Amino acid sequence: MEAGSTAVKSVGDVGGPTSPTGPRPDSADVRRSAWRRRLSRLDTVVSPYVFVSPFFLLFLLVGMFPLGYTAWVSVHQWGLLSGQGEFSGLDNYRRVLEDRYFWNALRNTFSIFLLSSIPQVLIALGLAGLLDTQLRFRGFWRMSVLLPFVVAPAAVALIFGNVFGDRYGLVNEILQGIGLEPIRWHVDTLASHVAIASMVNWRWTGYNALIFLAAMQAVPRDVYESAALDGAGRVRQFVSITVPMIRPTVIFVGITSTIGGLQIFAEPRLFDTAGLGGSDRQYQTLTMYLWELGWRVRDLGMASAVAWLLFLIIVTFAVLNLLASRRAGSLKGLGRKGAAR
Amino acid sequence: MAQTSFRRRARLASSAILALTLATTVAACGGSDDDGTTADGKIKLTVATFNEFGYEELIDEYNAMQDDVVVEQKKAGTANEHQDNLYTKLAAGSGLSDIEAIEVDWWSALMEQSDAFVDLSDPDVEGRWLDWKTEAATTPDGALIGYGTDIGPEGICYRSDLFEKAGLPTDRDKVASLFSDWDAYFDAGRQFVEKVPGTAWYDSSGGTAQAMINQVEYSFEDEDNTVIAADNPEVKEIFETVTSNVDDGLSTGLTQWSEDWTASFQNDGFATMACPGWMLGVIEGNADGVEGWDIANVFPGGGGNWGGSYLTVPAQGEHTEEAKALAKWLTAPEQQIKAFEAKGTFPSQVDALSDPTLTGETNAFFNEAPTGEILAERAEAVPFIAHKGPKFADINTAYQQAIQRVDEGKETPDQAWDSFLADVERLG
Repeated sequence: MEAGSTAVKSVGDVGGPTSPTGPRPDSADVRRSAWRRRLSRLDTVVSPYVFVSPFFLLFLLVGMFPLGYTAWVSVHQWGLLSGQGEFSGLDNYRRVLEDRYFWNALRNTFSIFLLSSIPQVLIALGLAGLLDTQLRFRGFWRMSVLLPFVVAPAAVALIFGNVFGDRYGLVNEILQGIGLEPIRWHVDTLASHVAIASMVNWRWTGYNALIFLAAMQAVPRDVYESAALDGAGRVRQFVSITVPMIRPTVIFVGITSTIGGLQIFAEPRLFDTAGLGGSDRQYQTLTMYLWELGWRVRDLGMASAVAWLLFLIIVTFAVLNLLASRRAGSLKGLGRKGAAR
Repeated sequence: MAQTSFRRRARLASSAILALTLATTVAACGGSDDDGTTADGKIKLTVATFNEFGYEELIDEYNAMQDDVVVEQKKAGTANEHQDNLYTKLAAGSGLSDIEAIEVDWWSALMEQSDAFVDLSDPDVEGRWLDWKTEAATTPDGALIGYGTDIGPEGICYRSDLFEKAGLPTDRDKVASLFSDWDAYFDAGRQFVEKVPGTAWYDSSGGTAQAMINQVEYSFEDEDNTVIAADNPEVKEIFETVTSNVDDGLSTGLTQWSEDWTASFQNDGFATMACPGWMLGVIEGNADGVEGWDIANVFPGGGGNWGGSYLTVPAQGEHTEEAKALAKWLTAPEQQIKAFEAKGTFPSQVDALSDPTLTGETNAFFNEAPTGEILAERAEAVPFIAHKGPKFADINTAYQQAIQRVDEGKETPDQAWDSFLADVERLG
């Protein structure tokens, strides 16, 4: 935005040369300069929108259009291969809401979401706090937390599939080695959620930590100095200064991980080969349920209805998240930041 | 940069409208951007297969023969995965390989979309395949949609070293006489697990049930493709038989193709499995380094056919003529015999069945068993080919899951059956 408005200003300056030292203007000149002034004003008003429009045009095409089209599909009978059928109103929504696997998938999605997002944000905060200190080989440490993020989810699923094998997996072999009962990672509902959440966490924690770190580095160092003079320890500084000072970033990460967390697909999808989330769909998430309806049952109408329901759920949670994090803690810091913008 | 990404996005949007909510999968489904030619102007053909088709060396051979065509194989790990990809790109209208393999379980669902595939009928290939193989690939108006590759006549593969431990005969002829019907096979299993604790009798309940279902002519759907799964006594009986074996420890409790299942080949996880020709290559790969595998010329309850595939040429391809020529070459008897030698995929071509190369084939990994002769006899023992309608694969998945729930102890057999019925109802 800021870059846009400076650009506009300079364009406006060039476009409106009303020099007082020029020749005495006749009436045509006056008219022309009035026209130019108008043009210049128009330029100032319209140009910013022209400059930002490519994004919004793209967004309309790849964001709004699919959204609208999905809504259109969701009110029709629509087969994957047979295509558009009759208009069916909200029938697809009714069928989805009556399907017990929808509610099952909703439960699984929230369970995996909570098991992944909460530890993820907390660990990322702590990790960023550690990375923000005077470490040796800082670059190396900072790079390595991002490493899991670069690995493709399919590869992560492959590795964790072996780690969390029910019978011959690494974790269970260790558990049995120290005399504990093996955990049935693919069978028991909660265990499977933990296994999947740990895949998600492994991948995203470092990424979030780097975002937190970037925000932490913008916190003025003299605040810490005064806190230290007042006798605040490291932990106290972290809790009372660092976290409140990076609140907008915390909110941002909270919302993005809500959006991502409610759409978890690749990890549970690849957790077994059938892709339905286990024999009892104990780890079938909403996106997997959507995929099952669309590609296994081959009913795009119902799949689109699920897509819209998921969209509404995510919007609701993103808003709730925003409200909750605005309310919690000091509003002062946030207010000042907002005013500065 | 913006321009190319714009175009790519536009295409993505139009080909996969629902991509928004599936943002995580879009990257994987984006498909190839190439226009079907290589840098030096040759036509590039892709062949999409799953599991093991035994085409690696054949494709090299074809490439060496051709000056203007380069063939590349895309292998999917499982038939399911391959199928999902096929459906997605069929719906999108682009992105399919020039040749797509299709497994019989899904065949009739795709026959309903026969317009999406090129008619491959050709005087040169008339009479090339077993009649039923060709019939199943011919539409009511006479178009031939697929060229048959293999069929899946089943024997029983077993670990002779573990049999010895249990005091069972190890010689493949004597083993064959043990397994006249399913009850005899399960009884031998009970004997086995008593002697060799820690090792199951068969690889998975699902695989065993699948083998049994394939022996039922009309299992889940009747002649008119009306769904009869819920009321068919044979379906219920197989369910009860297989699930009642769970308490006896006959099953590993694993699902086929899972990581644990693959690992169980290396860990003496089980002693026998239903074994169609194409499974030989899978076993050899998973049990690499394990000695003692053999195959008996028998299948409980007579003969059985499990799987087998076709090669199709999707109409959306850019080089359908060249693809057809390649499919024709790959499915010729001579080539299918080579695929059999490589991975055990048993030919569906009439001329191949009597070919001395085939009947004389032995398999070193399976203790020098005469696999050619055994599978040819197993093919003859198949009394009929089970009917598989458009819903077969979907109902079968639900059936397998129900059995798996019992295997895992999540449900009792009765509960699992009830939830299977609910699933069938849901599939409509």
